Amino acid sequence: MVALQTCLQSLPELLNLQQELKRKQEQRKNYLAVCGDTGCTAWGSKHIKDVFQQCLEQKGLNHTTGLKFTGCLGLCESGPVVIVFPQGIFYQKVRESDIEEIVEKTLLQGEIIDRLLYQDPVSGEKIIYAGEIPFYRKQERVLLADNWSIDPSSIEDYLALDGYGALGRVLHSMSSAQVIKEIKDSRLRGRGGAGFPAGLKWQECNEMVSAQKYIICNADEGDPGAFMDRSLLEGNPHSVLEGLIIGGFAVGAAEGIIYIRAEYPTAVQKIRLAIGQAEALGLLGENILGSSFNFRIGVSVGAGAFVCGETSALVASVQGRVGEPRQKPPHLAERGYNNRPTVINNVETLANVPHIINRGAETYRLTGTKKSGGTKIFSLVGKVNNTGLVEVPLGMPLREIIFAIGGGIKGGKAFKAVQTGGPSGGCLPASMLDLPTDFDELSAAGSMMGSGGMIVMDEETCMVDLARYFLKFLNDESCGRCFTCREGLSRMLEMVEAITKGQSSMVEFELLKELAAVVKDSTMCGLGQTAANPVLSTIRYFEEEYRAHIEEGRCPAGVCRDLISFNINAELCNGCGACRRKCPAEAIEGESKTPHLIRTELCTKCGICLETCRYHAVNKL
Amino acid sequence: MINFMLNGLDVAVEKGTTLLEAARFYGIEIPTLCHNEGLSPYGACRLCLVEIGEPGKSRLVTSCTYPAQEGLQVRTHSERVVKTRKVIIELYLATCPSSKTIQDLASRYHVTRVRFRRKHDDCILCGLCIRYCNEQMQGKAIGFVNRGVERRITTPFNRKFEECRLCGGCIYICPACQARCQGPQEGSGVCNACLNLSPPCLDHFGDAMCYMDPCVACEQGRKG
Amino acid sequence: MALLEKQMQVDQENFTTRNGQSLVALLQEVQEQYNYLPEEVLRELACARGLSLMEMYSVATFYKSFSLQPRGRHKIVTCTGTACHVRGSEKVTEEVSRMLGVKPGGTSEDGEYSLESVNCLGACALAPLVVVDGEYHGNMTAARVAALFREQLKKMKGQSAESFDKVIEEKAIAGCSCARLLAGEKN
Repeated sequence: MVALQTCLQSLPELLNLQQELKRKQEQRKNYLAVCGDTGCTAWGSKHIKDVFQQCLEQKGLNHTTGLKFTGCLGLCESGPVVIVFPQGIFYQKVRESDIEEIVEKTLLQGEIIDRLLYQDPVSGEKIIYAGEIPFYRKQERVLLADNWSIDPSSIEDYLALDGYGALGRVLHSMSSAQVIKEIKDSRLRGRGGAGFPAGLKWQECNEMVSAQKYIICNADEGDPGAFMDRSLLEGNPHSVLEGLIIGGFAVGAAEGIIYIRAEYPTAVQKIRLAIGQAEALGLLGENILGSSFNFRIGVSVGAGAFVCGETSALVASVQGRVGEPRQKPPHLAERGYNNRPTVINNVETLANVPHIINRGAETYRLTGTKKSGGTKIFSLVGKVNNTGLVEVPLGMPLREIIFAIGGGIKGGKAFKAVQTGGPSGGCLPASMLDLPTDFDELSAAGSMMGSGGMIVMDEETCMVDLARYFLKFLNDESCGRCFTCREGLSRMLEMVEAITKGQSSMVEFELLKELAAVVKDSTMCGLGQTAANPVLSTIRYFEEEYRAHIEEGRCPAGVCRDLISFNINAELCNGCGACRRKCPAEAIEGESKTPHLIRTELCTKCGICLETCRYHAVNKL
Repeated sequence: MINFMLNGLDVAVEKGTTLLEAARFYGIEIPTLCHNEGLSPYGACRLCLVEIGEPGKSRLVTSCTYPAQEGLQVRTHSERVVKTRKVIIELYLATCPSSKTIQDLASRYHVTRVRFRRKHDDCILCGLCIRYCNEQMQGKAIGFVNRGVERRITTPFNRKFEECRLCGGCIYICPACQARCQGPQEGSGVCNACLNLSPPCLDHFGDAMCYMDPCVACEQGRKG
Repeated sequence: MALLEKQMQVDQENFTTRNGQSLVALLQEVQEQYNYLPEEVLRELACARGLSLMEMYSVATFYKSFSLQPRGRHKIVTCTGTACHVRGSEKVTEEVSRMLGVKPGGTSEDGEYSLESVNCLGACALAPLVVVDGEYHGNMTAARVAALFREQLKKMKGQSAESFDKVIEEKAIAGCSCARLLAGEKN
């Protein structure tokens, strides 16, 4: 701790500090990593950590055993997750009552507690070590690798892993042109969605002549179903800061801004703490590490608008205005924040930068595809067994991610589609499962890489309903400036709603397709131009399902309320009355111990009865 | 000077000229609703779309906000543009069927059917009135509120606003209101002051906007 | 020339106060203090900090996290992200809304509860998600909503639990089934 009070003046000082901290960490090989990410916290991991703390103190182990409240460990479904190091024993669904046993048996005697182990959903086998769980084994964790050993509130943990070493190298032995060349050679493409080559973006901004330039980190992760940026900011904030500082150096900016969405309060808090720590060590501020480079970072918190993920809208929002995109050109590299050249990078893109500098572009690009190097984090969610964050080399086929890593579909149901790219993306059917996850391949298939949300859907998901969902989302989130986006999307929503109600016709269906194409073609920003994708891609791959709604008045997945009904099978119903008591619409009647009946005219089709019935007597038609 | 291709012709304009200005300078007609030469371009109505770029890699942009660039290929009346524009006009006609401006536009561009459900909105949210108020009057008395489909134009807190100077410019410049009386000077417009005494925005905004009391437009009509 | 320049000027205008704070940040501060944006405060600020009231009102209504109405003491958020949607969040939101008698985006008449639906909270692995006063509850179903509130209200202040009971009672009078439902829960 003594060392941390000084401000680092030179590269050797940084290296010394790293070595010192590394030695310290080596003395403390025994430690517990308790996942402190939002997922596990919802399962009560904060409390688990506190109890561990107490328990370790009681047993006098707190000097020899570390306890880290880490960022996302990945397997959110099985939270709270605890990993016992140095062995890497993986315990899932840890309860308060298990804690003493873990300390007594595993920590002190090295015994394994069988019931807390992870069971593979495919083979049913119990797995002891984290590294051996297929979910982790098949991944290539680069950005998320350090999450296991870093307490995000401690800069020491990051420094002990040679953190800020890349920054030191850059400041002392590289020119901005060399940094840009390295990033270009690495084939790093922007992870925010469009996949623009990051090195090229930096070069454009670097070439602008201006007294002041800015670099902004886009942490306005608005895509529903994606949370990798949040996890990076919460799990390893210093890696993002390091990338941002290097980016600032490369483009010639003296000021960086991190724009975080308001829905991520923990991330805001952690990144502010990290900035404070970096400032105290002299890694931010004037003459960083004794070089002539000055750099400051400010945090700007969003206020709840999806469209602010669009770069020009983001700049407007940082400037305190309504988040309305503007026509480009002029591009932001020319006139951005405060009318100065500005470059905007996604969180994940920036987190890649220190790795590229450390490993060299040649090594870095060995991973990934020919056109885009490196790994990509996906948030694998929906109806899949292992939900959570997954980091894989770019180009890995969808099938491998969903089945080998994700462990297949929940409840043994059939795979129907996977949605990538959020509201700008599309749905891909089973026939596209062998598609490599690459920017160009996904776009060609009518979807999009997007920020990396991957929502898996089974046979119980209605594609028309999903299209309706995204249209509703976009209707709420469009800024409303362009007539075709505002009015076009609202008309499209109206038409799709009519389909879900069985009130449409094939003529209107054709009109929907025509309108979708016009909206796509005639709007200004990325939101509008991609807004039709969820509709167009579901029509492209699931037209039959649309036809079933329109022509037969039937929802094959049993989701669209106006096209389904519930009834009770009199043979299976024993008249327990559970459904009658729970029905919010009072639509179920029947004497006790006699078969019940659903009055369809009152039924709101909420499905609570189906969920409640233990005897499988309620049917959905 | 910037040299570029406009509908296959080599043309040259000054740096900083928009494609719309350039096209109009060369006598090519492009329809607009949200454009006014005295105000900043906004690109909201999407009618002035033109196709730019090489065939195959082309895209549509609003000519009112897009600067002329060296070597750019611009097509103002390509099939894609015409088709898209027709659907947009059809959508306008379905949204504000009672506006004379939009009816005229539809007739001029041969939009003969409306396949969308008809609504009766008065405002097309082109933002001309707001820009007039901000840029010409430095008033900032009206503005957009909410977003997406909920977007509207109103005064702060929907109340009569002291910053408003009652200039009436917002009503004057409104393209959707032109069905009502233009005053006796307007040769082409039919003076229907007796039929339509107040502009539709009055009903719409209620107390918030009834500052035009008596209404400038209606008064002019009466005088005539 | 003139038109494009003009547009850029308009686009580049900063909405900042005289001391350089952005309007969004300022409104966030106000909201933090009052839990909503009171009209009088905005009017005063506009005068004091040299901002246009119209711009303030535009920004305040554009962003979802600002509210011009007072919010309830307890904030209930349902997530309606894609992952939550495919796992049935719509029904959960409906059920919460029915339980509290509050529409999404609204506040109960006694000022106790506000219900908001948010487009993604980034905890998609737990879908569907309901957040009660900052506490996350994952894997929700419509049928589990009642149990959740019962449990939550035990944790909240006694007064609130009473007020919740009152809500339920009133609903029972109005012929709603919530009271019966909760009575069933207790049995």
